[in-house]
Amino acid sequence: MITIPLSHVLILASILFVIGFVGVITRKNTLFILMSLEVMLNAVGVAFIGAGSAWQQADGQVMFILILTLAAAEVALGLALLIQMQRRFKSLDIDKLSKLKG
Amino acid sequence: MISTFMELNPLQLTFYSAALLAIVASLKVVTGKNTVHALLYLVVSLLAVAVCFYLMGAPFAAGLEVIVYAGAILVLFVFAIMMFGLGQDETLHAPSVDGRVYGSIDGSKANKFNLWFGPFLLALLLLLELVYAISSSEVQAKLTSHTIDAKQVGILLYGPYLLAVEIASFLLLAGLIGGYHFAKPEGVGLERKKDIGEHG
Repeated sequence: MITIPLSHVLILASILFVIGFVGVITRKNTLFILMSLEVMLNAVGVAFIGAGSAWQQADGQVMFILILTLAAAEVALGLALLIQMQRRFKSLDIDKLSKLKG
Repeated sequence: MISTFMELNPLQLTFYSAALLAIVASLKVVTGKNTVHALLYLVVSLLAVAVCFYLMGAPFAAGLEVIVYAGAILVLFVFAIMMFGLGQDETLHAPSVDGRVYGSIDGSKANKFNLWFGPFLLALLLLLELVYAISSSEVQAKLTSHTIDAKQVGILLYGPYLLAVEIASFLLLAGLIGGYHFAKPEGVGLERKKDIGEHG
């Protein structure tokens, strides 16, 4: 028995995804961009869990676990890059990264 | 509008309010000015999504969401913020050592309360929902009929998806090495090369 319709879950996932996407393209602080990326990945996880529960299959949760590892690796690398950025440019402003030179 | 609300069963009502909390908290993350406050809202958003997972019949995913996302990844963010030392411009309204609040005229207690009000209220609503979902027999009866438990997930994960698990472990290894390489202090690992260069 399915109590929550899949379309509503997908609407929730899309709303969260769009919120994260707007954050990624509008914020100038790299830390906020990373946080918005987290929101986006989370929205994808919601979609997978919703689909998995709609079809009563465990595959959705498996994909969610894979997304979780992806998010962990992405955050570790992103924050390490942020530390380098703070060290070299003394700022987290993404516009400072516009010059392509060593 | 009200009548459609009344037609919803308790599980759906709980789910939709948790979804609303997740959306509100995510909006606060994206529009926030202060890094630490945005992080607190991100925690609330992830917890709200975890409640949604639980109500969708995925308790294992809900636990992972709390442990890995709200526990590990957010701690990583906190450490990064501490390393950046975002103390000057970002923490304009942070309470100082003597209990006064910067950015307010008189440093009143009401202002300090405002600071904690948003995350606190959202988290409290989530707690009430969770307590209701656990204690209500009607919700539990609906949940147990379509729950996918950890056993099924584990069987699938180490059966058909074994290759994906191996690839994910490679991804984590790459993240570990890359994180170490980028975050290590300037010059670490160069001494040995210099020694070789001098002697050779």
